[in-house]
Amino acid sequence: MAGAADHAEPAPSMAAERPEPTSRRLARLAGKAPLNILLAFIALLWLVPTLGLFFTSLLPADLASSQGWWTVFSEPSVATFENYSELLRNDDITSALGVTVIVAIGGTVIPILVGALAAYAFAWLDFPGRDWLFLFVVALLVVPLQMALIPMFSFYNSIGIFDTALSLILFHSAFALPFAIFLLRNFFVGIPRDLLESARIDGASELRIFVRLILPLGLPAIASLAIFQFLWTWNDFLVALTFGRDTQPITVAIFSQFRQFGANIDLIAPAAFVSLVVPLVVFFAFQRYFVQGLLAGSVK
Amino acid sequence: MADETDRPEMATPEPPGERPGLWRRHRAALAFLAPAAVLLGIWIVYPTVRTIVRSFFDSDGSEFVGLDNYEEIFTTDLLVTAIQNNAIWLAVVPMLVTAIGLVFGVLIERIPWSIAFRTAVFMPMAISLFAAGVIWRVMDQRDPDIGALNAGIGAVADAIDPPGGFSEAQPSTDRLADTPEEGLRFRRPLQAGDVALLGLTAIAPDEIPDEATQAVEPDPVPDGIAGVAWVDFLPGGGEPGVVEEEERGLPGVTVELRDPGGETVETVETGADGTFAFEQVEAGPYTAAISPETFEEPFSGVDWLGPSLITPAVIIAYIWVWAGFAMVVIGAGLAALPRDVLEAARTDGASEAQVFRRVTVPLLRPVLIVVFVTMLINVLKVFDIVLSVAPGSSQDDANVIALAMWRTAFGGVNDFGLGSAIAVLLFLLVIPLLAFNIRNFRREA
Repeated sequence: MAGAADHAEPAPSMAAERPEPTSRRLARLAGKAPLNILLAFIALLWLVPTLGLFFTSLLPADLASSQGWWTVFSEPSVATFENYSELLRNDDITSALGVTVIVAIGGTVIPILVGALAAYAFAWLDFPGRDWLFLFVVALLVVPLQMALIPMFSFYNSIGIFDTALSLILFHSAFALPFAIFLLRNFFVGIPRDLLESARIDGASELRIFVRLILPLGLPAIASLAIFQFLWTWNDFLVALTFGRDTQPITVAIFSQFRQFGANIDLIAPAAFVSLVVPLVVFFAFQRYFVQGLLAGSVK
Repeated sequence: MADETDRPEMATPEPPGERPGLWRRHRAALAFLAPAAVLLGIWIVYPTVRTIVRSFFDSDGSEFVGLDNYEEIFTTDLLVTAIQNNAIWLAVVPMLVTAIGLVFGVLIERIPWSIAFRTAVFMPMAISLFAAGVIWRVMDQRDPDIGALNAGIGAVADAIDPPGGFSEAQPSTDRLADTPEEGLRFRRPLQAGDVALLGLTAIAPDEIPDEATQAVEPDPVPDGIAGVAWVDFLPGGGEPGVVEEEERGLPGVTVELRDPGGETVETVETGADGTFAFEQVEAGPYTAAISPETFEEPFSGVDWLGPSLITPAVIIAYIWVWAGFAMVVIGAGLAALPRDVLEAARTDGASEAQVFRRVTVPLLRPVLIVVFVTMLINVLKVFDIVLSVAPGSSQDDANVIALAMWRTAFGGVNDFGLGSAIAVLLFLLVIPLLAFNIRNFRREA
C-alpha cells in the first residue's frame, strides 16, 4: 500500500528518485488533507451505526426508549451495564445463545467434513460419471434455500425433528455443501500427485490419505470455508425463523421482542450487540482468511 | 465407511499403468460421496422438485390448479408491490454498491491508513443482516432526540433554517387572529399613537429566554405604534390580555407592521421587556402581527420507518453492509492491475480522472461485473434486513419477493401452493445470474 501512494502523484514528480526534501513531503501531505479528511469522515460514518447500538445498550432502561444513545456522554454519565446483567438473567436469551453456538458449530463442522470427503473423491478418485456429477453438485449452487423451506417444514414435522437444533444444523449443512465441495475440490486438485501416489504405494488406505494428507494440506481452504460458514450459520435468521419455535437462535429470540421495539430496546440493543460480538471477534481474528474466502467465492 | 479404515490388501503396490481393484476404488468413491449425496438429495434435490410440483397445487395441496398460483403472484396487490420493490432494489443497489466500492477502492490507495479504513467499512460484512437491521432501526427512529440519523439531519436543517423560539405558543385572548403559520395578527386596526398588546400563552418556562425581564405596557408613541409581546400567563390565574406583575416579556420576537392589503411594510424586534415600537408611521390603518418565524417548528424528523420511505431506509442499511464487500473485491482487482500501464498513461500526460476513466475502469471491468452480478443475486434474495428494519406497520410497503414468499407460506396465511410458486419465481430469476457467476469462476478456477 505504501507504494500505491506514490502512484497517485502527477507525472512530473515521478522523475525524482532522490529522497524527497521534507518541505516537499509536507506540501504533498498538505495537498492530501482534503482526501484524508473526507475518508476519515466516511470511516466515521461507517462506524457510528454499530457504536450507536452499543451506546444504546448502555442506556438505563427508563431512558433507552426516550433518549438517543449520545446521552451516554452527558455529565454525569448515565451509562450502565445493567442491561447486560439483566440479559444474563433472561433465560430466553441465554438459551438462545446456547442454541446459536450449537447450530453454528454443528453447521460448520458437518458440511466441511462431508464436503471435504466428497471433494476428495471428486479430485482424486476415479469413478464413472465423475465430471458430470461434479457439475451437477456445482449447479446446485443456484438453488435458493427458499426452494427447500416448505417441503422441509412438512418433512421435519413428519419425522419429528421440527424445532430442534439438529434440524437447523442439517439444513445449513446441506446448503453449504455445493460451495464447500466446489471450493475444496479445486483446492485438493492442486495437491501434488506425487504425494498421493507415494502414500498409496506405501499402502495407506484412502481414508488414511484423507485424514493424514488431504486435511492438513487443505487447511488454508478449510479455514476460509470454516470462517465463512461459521459466520453464515451464526448470523442466520431465515432458516431459524422457519424451523425454530422454542429452539430459537439469538436472531429469532431478538426478533420475538420486536412487537414493542421502542419499549424493549433495553433488551433488544444489548442482545443484538452480544449477537454481533462473536462474529466481529472471528472477523478480526481471521480477517485474512475471511478476505481470501470472499475473493475465492466471487472472483475465482 | 468403517471397512475403509484398515485394508492390508492395499499394501500391494499397484503396477503403474494398470488399475487392479477398480471396483474397490469405486467403492471408496461411493463411501466418500455417500454423506454428501444424502444431504444434497434430501435437503436440496428432493425439496426443489417438491416445491416445483407443489406450486401447481392449491393452498392445502389437495387440488391441482395449474398456473393459478403464478397468476395470483401478478394480480395480488401485496405481491405486485413486492415485485416492484425488488425491481427498485435491483435497479439501485448493485449499481450503487459497485460504484461506492470502486471509489473507495481507488481512494484508499492514496492514504497511509488504508487498512484502518478498509476494516471500518468492511466490518458490517461480519455481522448478521438481521443485526444490521436492528442497528439501522435504532438509527432511523423518527424523533430527532432518539434517532441518530434524524438528529444529524436536524442539526443541519436547524442551522440552515433556525426554528422560532416559541413554536408551541398560542394567543392568550381572541384579540389575536389568524394561525401561527400566517403570523398571529392583532385584530384591531392600528393608527399612529395606538398600543398593541400581543399576549401569548403555552410557553414553557424553560423556553423563555434568560434575558427576559418583567413585561411592560409601553407608553404610546405620538407618531408611531408601540406594543408589547409577553407571556400572558400567571400560575393560578391572572387576567388574560393584561400585563401583570410577574409576567415576563418575550425578547427577540419579530413583529410585522402590515398595511391594509396585508403587505408587511416594516419589522421590528422586541426588547428584553417585550416592548417594541414603530417610531414613525404614515396614516393608517395598520395591523401588527407576530411573524410566522416565531412559531416555526424545529426539525421534527424524517419518517424513515413510515410507509413511504421504508424501502430507501432499508436500502441505505443494506448498502452500509455490502459496500465493504465491493471495496475489498475491487481493491484486490486494483492491486492486480499492471502498474506499468497506469504509469505509461500518466507519463503520457493523462490526468488522474482520465486514467481512472480510460484505463482503470476498463481494465477492472471483469471484476466490476462479478461484483455487480453477485449483488444482483444478493438483492433478489434480500430478506432478513427488511424484516428487521421495517416495523410491522410498514412491512407491506417494504415487501420484497423473498419476504412475500415467507409471509405467504409461514406468516399466518400458510398458503403452501402460492408460497411455492413465489419460491419458484425467485429460483427462475436467480438461475441465469448464478449460472453466469459460476461459469465465470469456473473459468478462472
